[in-house]
Amino acid sequence: MADFTMPALGADMETGTVVEWKVRPGDHVRSGDVIAVVETHKGAIDVECFLDGTIDDLVPLGQELPVDAVLASVRGPESAAAPAAPAPTTSVPPAALPSHLPVAEAPTAPMHPPTSHRRKVSPAARHHTQALGIDPDTLSGTGVEGAVTLADVARSAHAAPTAAPAGPSITPANTPTRPRGGFDPDQMRRAIAAAMGRSKREIPHYYLRSTISFAAAQSWLSAWNRTREPAERLLPAVLLLKAAAKALAQFPQFNGLYVDGQFQPAPPVHLGWAIALRGGGLVAPAIHHAQNLPLPALMDALRDLVQRARAGGLRSSELSDPTVTVTSLGDRGADEVLGVIYPPQVAILGFGRIVERPWVVQGQVLPQAVVSVSLAADHRVSDGHLGGQLLAAIDSALQSPDTL
Amino acid sequence: MADTTPTLRMSYREACRQALRDALMADPRAFVMGEDVGKYGGCYAVTKGLLEEFGPQRILDTPLAENGFTGIGIGAAVAGLRPIVEIMTCNFSLLALDQIMNNAATLAHMSGGQFAVPLVIRMATGGGRQLAAQHSHSLEGWYAHIPGLKVLAPATVEDARHMLAAALADPNPVLIFEHVVLYNTEGELDPAVQAVDLTQAKVRRAGSDVSLVTYGNSLPKCLAAADALAAEQISAEVIDLRVLRPLDMATVIASVVRTHRVVIVDEGWKSGSISAEIAARLAEDALYELDAPIRRVCSREVPIPYAAQLEEAALPSVAEIVATARALVRPQ
Amino acid sequence: MNATEIHALAAEVLAGIAPEADLSTVREQEDLREALDLDSMDFLNFVTGLSQGSGMPIPEADYPEIYTLAGILRYLAR
Repeated sequence: MADFTMPALGADMETGTVVEWKVRPGDHVRSGDVIAVVETHKGAIDVECFLDGTIDDLVPLGQELPVDAVLASVRGPESAAAPAAPAPTTSVPPAALPSHLPVAEAPTAPMHPPTSHRRKVSPAARHHTQALGIDPDTLSGTGVEGAVTLADVARSAHAAPTAAPAGPSITPANTPTRPRGGFDPDQMRRAIAAAMGRSKREIPHYYLRSTISFAAAQSWLSAWNRTREPAERLLPAVLLLKAAAKALAQFPQFNGLYVDGQFQPAPPVHLGWAIALRGGGLVAPAIHHAQNLPLPALMDALRDLVQRARAGGLRSSELSDPTVTVTSLGDRGADEVLGVIYPPQVAILGFGRIVERPWVVQGQVLPQAVVSVSLAADHRVSDGHLGGQLLAAIDSALQSPDTL
Repeated sequence: MADTTPTLRMSYREACRQALRDALMADPRAFVMGEDVGKYGGCYAVTKGLLEEFGPQRILDTPLAENGFTGIGIGAAVAGLRPIVEIMTCNFSLLALDQIMNNAATLAHMSGGQFAVPLVIRMATGGGRQLAAQHSHSLEGWYAHIPGLKVLAPATVEDARHMLAAALADPNPVLIFEHVVLYNTEGELDPAVQAVDLTQAKVRRAGSDVSLVTYGNSLPKCLAAADALAAEQISAEVIDLRVLRPLDMATVIASVVRTHRVVIVDEGWKSGSISAEIAARLAEDALYELDAPIRRVCSREVPIPYAAQLEEAALPSVAEIVATARALVRPQ
Repeated sequence: MNATEIHALAAEVLAGIAPEADLSTVREQEDLREALDLDSMDFLNFVTGLSQGSGMPIPEADYPEIYTLAGILRYLAR
């Protein structure tokens, strides 16, 4: 019998709430199956279970639980089907009665109405939110059965002073209402703040930057895209990503996690790709084994991640697996970006806009497509010399785009 | 005569006895009647020595006939005396239910006020003495259902000492339920307190996280639970209802306004109990103060067992009160 | 395709990319990428949708012609 526990979907995650079970007690599960949807400040995440067996004892939905809390149990395939554990009651069970004693009436378990989609909010809390102009259905609850309580309202009112102080709570047209599967912008902002704060407190950052000629890559890309339908075309970002992934595979001191005072290099490059979410917010889910993916596969992975990051449906493994992060402000951001390392990773690469700039080619000054790449790295794990070599490797890879 | 000594410590039983003694001395119309109250000194020794002191005209031994002697008590009250009827335990009061409900509670109403029934009935109640299914009921909640009656549940030595006098002063029938386990408990009497009211519930312990609302022998259990909860940094407020009819909901609601969470502890069975009545009134009148579901700790829905460990498991326990309160305050 | 059809196609494809965007608030000569905060992935998805909906290949070299609504209407009407 093994426990399926609440995963840590990011260094800054402390609690999560199971909002949907995709299995029922008694179902057979295989390692890798998505078995639950957990709501975190990053939105609703599909959580995989990495156990084989029969699942049981599913915790009730809607309870905010800490990371590592037991969510269900999985019995190994060889154990006989044991009777399901009784539904939890609020009363302490009486001392064991001898089986031959007739019991006049079975003790009544608490009645739960059939599952309704109405969010649980205590009467006091709901009453209070009406006075504050907050929609209680957008708050997370820490009360009995996951209900929103006065304390939850107080926390929310304290954290979001921009909430309308009086009058009905009408959301302005351009504020995204929180869809099921979406994320709470305030909570996400707080989570980002916590992670970035921790990063700057704990990680001694050093920075290197370089300007790389993108001309060879650009002409390769144009040639590729010219003969292909839009659905098969590649974005420049894919070339940048692949070059970064290959370089990181050569320099393991930038790819791994710093945990308990020690650096643990990770052989595969699970590249966290920073995705800006419409309406504000940021996630950096992993593209697994990025160094081995052919460019079309990398492009598909990118497109798929962006779509799921915005609409919901990111998987827990995608959030917890990145070994390094790459951020690109693409074509509409700044010329260069100096990133903040996302703990417990040890490096973050940043690509700026691809722009035309004067470049010296064989003694002549010519306009050329160039891109700025920056490295922010953890000085406990690597030094500038190695960082410089990493950037040089990225440069070199981008000059031979057909080898990417 | 004013008592000038500092607080007096006495048993609940002794407090009841002194209350009876005071009543007999204060009013010549008052008398005690019941089974074994005279020569035997009372089944629970509450009337010990009273026959010797006041004589057989004031302390009447009755035959084993609850319906009959309760009826006689009602008649005596209607005729102008002040009888204190002792029904040995509430279990036997079932035999006098017709008298209590259809006569004592209703004569004033049905006679248009021509007859008053200034009757006091004292009964021992509750379980915990291994007296088994037929002798361990807690029926005070049942009686609190009946208009025309006042129902008291003294849980402290002070209330045991002074509630009787107030009950005798009331022109209407009053039932006093004395829990069997409480007779041996001891408490302090403040000499400055010479009388108590029959209207108010009392906050026995102030708290801020959860309200424990109770009466009778469940009061000491709630106080013990509050101590245990305090060790876990949960602050429990304990309310002693004192009067089950009419209920002082104002005090209970004021407590819920402070704590927003409530556990009602009632030795009766949950179904159709006084705890259900209190919960309904909270839902009706204080819904928007509740930050969590109303919880009740009651006896298990079984006839009270005889074997000691089974009886203990069937009655409300301190552990269960603690667990229930904790689950409200710390749901995770 | 006529103008109504092109407009409807553009709106439909955009709805999948930027669900909160309101196409009616964008001026005909305005660069859609600026107006609706579309990055290169969004724009490529937009092109893909237009291409599939209209049957036209829309090579990369032609992208500048479809940055605006007016441009799209001209381009897809061919």
